[in-house]
Amino acid sequence: MADLQIRTMADMIAVGDKPEVLFWVGCAGSFDDRAKKITKAFSKILNKANVKFAVLGTEEGCTGDPAKRSGNEFLFQMQAIMNIQVMNAYEVTKIVTTCPHCFNTLKNEYPELGGNYEVMHHTQFIQTLLSEKKISIEGGIFKGKKITFHDPCYLGRANDVYEAPREILEKLDAELIEMKRCKAKGLCCGAGGGQMFKEAEKGNKEVNIERTEEALGTDAEIIAVGCPFCNTMLTDGVKSFNKEKEVRVYDLAELVEQAAEL
Amino acid sequence: MGISNLIFLLLLIVTVVLFVQRVKFIRGNILLGKPLDLSDNPSARWKKMFRVAMGQSKMTVRPISGLLHIFVYLGFVIINLEMLEIVLDGLLGTHRLFSQMIGGYYKSFINVFETLALLVFVSCLVFLVRRNVIKLKRFWSKEMTSWPRSDANIILIVECFLMAAFLTMNAADGALQMANVEDLGKFMLEHYSGVEMAGSGFLISSFIAPILPTDFESLALIERICWWFHISGVLAFLVYVTYSKHLHIFLAFPNTYYSKLQPKGQLNNLASVKKEVELMMNPSADPYATPPPSELEDELPSFGAKEVTDLSWKQLMDSYSCTECGRCTSVCPANLTGKILSPRKVMMDTRDRLEEYSAGKSTNGRDFDDGKKLLGDYITSEELWACTSCNACTDACPILIDPLSIIVDLRRSLVMEDSAAPTELNGMFSNIENNGAPWQFAQADRLNWKDE
Repeated sequence: MADLQIRTMADMIAVGDKPEVLFWVGCAGSFDDRAKKITKAFSKILNKANVKFAVLGTEEGCTGDPAKRSGNEFLFQMQAIMNIQVMNAYEVTKIVTTCPHCFNTLKNEYPELGGNYEVMHHTQFIQTLLSEKKISIEGGIFKGKKITFHDPCYLGRANDVYEAPREILEKLDAELIEMKRCKAKGLCCGAGGGQMFKEAEKGNKEVNIERTEEALGTDAEIIAVGCPFCNTMLTDGVKSFNKEKEVRVYDLAELVEQAAEL
Repeated sequence: MGISNLIFLLLLIVTVVLFVQRVKFIRGNILLGKPLDLSDNPSARWKKMFRVAMGQSKMTVRPISGLLHIFVYLGFVIINLEMLEIVLDGLLGTHRLFSQMIGGYYKSFINVFETLALLVFVSCLVFLVRRNVIKLKRFWSKEMTSWPRSDANIILIVECFLMAAFLTMNAADGALQMANVEDLGKFMLEHYSGVEMAGSGFLISSFIAPILPTDFESLALIERICWWFHISGVLAFLVYVTYSKHLHIFLAFPNTYYSKLQPKGQLNNLASVKKEVELMMNPSADPYATPPPSELEDELPSFGAKEVTDLSWKQLMDSYSCTECGRCTSVCPANLTGKILSPRKVMMDTRDRLEEYSAGKSTNGRDFDDGKKLLGDYITSEELWACTSCNACTDACPILIDPLSIIVDLRRSLVMEDSAAPTELNGMFSNIENNGAPWQFAQADRLNWKDE
């Protein structure tokens, strides 16, 4: 991993440099072992495409999304103000993030609090890199492979981004098999709205099991996701069906990483 | 002016008075909500209203019920043109007033109305079958207690009877219209003429005519009975609607107009919190300073919603607009996996509590307190904590009702007013507060992934 080029905003500013884009890593991307792989995969893609990017590193803090959705507006706004102060001090104008929750919050809820940035989800960013031919994945290892895509609520319904992830799958030459509940009708993985951090309320089934069942029903070999939380929920789901050998859950960034042999 | 015109006028006046009273009551209830300025971007709002309410764009996501609903909707809107004639006839003592004005086109218009009437009739029958014979799950879930189920059935059955009366009236009238004026004159029924029938009855009702008696007096009697039944049914329905879940026929339009224009994922930033946070983050602020007198007069800021009056007027309008179709609940991941949360119930509870609250207020005066609240007595925290905020409900609603905003506002009250978040969430909050992440990892380790 020695060749991974990661610079922080502080490093860059210290040498009078400025990034094209800030990579907002997010809490899952920073601390969760599974999500860190996505962070690295996306970093490699950015390196490969020669994108001049920076991370905030220790200066990044939770966007406040889980607090806000759980009703703790105070905590959310405190986090937002702190992050906005940091980013505005660095004169950040463009952000890319691998987490749809961070994406939604940064893009929609920060402007009113003084944080105005162009915010992209990493699938949108990768799609731009592909169409600008800055990276190439055609004819790779996923040619003809059956892949289904689970729309993250906060990317899909919440922000109407449905095509970018699908165009990446198309470029991978994979065979996209849609679940019945896809795009605007996509079923939640069960993690949103603070559920990731608590036990589910009493019911007769876990949401991630309901969703994994549907994904497994497509007979796809890979369940592609675009959110670290969906990734956890569906990975757990696949494990509970003892299918982790046959069916893998990958973030789109990881698929691109593998296809481009990074 | 004959006695029947007077009776008609009286009927009309009573209906209008009752209807206006109810509209005022409902409007007053909606305005019990907190102010919210939604006057921005009228062009986008009109477009949305045209697309979603008039164009029924969300209904057709489910093709069968969507198509049937479009029949009923078109029937309702277009047959109302005919209602205008019926009302004028009733007031002026004329018979088929418009036939004299538009001559040969009249029959074509009636044929269109009749086609729609048949489609409405059939659609309502299918709707009844879906609810009561097939028993579609979403019409039988827990919150669909006996009144909501009866409410739906009453509306559908009445609609069927009204359409049947309309067609039977036309069948009898069509037969009379085709008769010889002189023959009609013998029975003083010559006013049943003037429509250019061109030798055949109306498009649909002519199939009913053969089962009717053939003598003029019976036909005229049937025509009158059906006419009166139809118009009094329609007027009664108009008043009934204001007591039922069926208000969407009016409220769908303002409700879509005032719906959220921002991306679905965007929640509002509470202004009351913004002020507090600004104060906290401002190093030169004096927390003990006396606020300016203008702020002292304001009510104490509340965080989130406990009662219907803590919600915005738009959220209350949402509750009155809800038709209890249950599309929201049928796609809710929490509900699908057996949790007690149902977005439809959230809307029904909000409306029920609002009606109860305002009735209590008007009988017991301003300081009315029945010891109940929307939060807790109607919507429980177990329901609220089951929500994944996935927006499936807001996407499914054919008239853009937003149950999620109410769920979040109630959660805000639980957390910020009552400190009643589930323990694990309190843990998540303190992690974010202490180390900037929802898990217990040191902020200093945030970049460790780079070298792992």
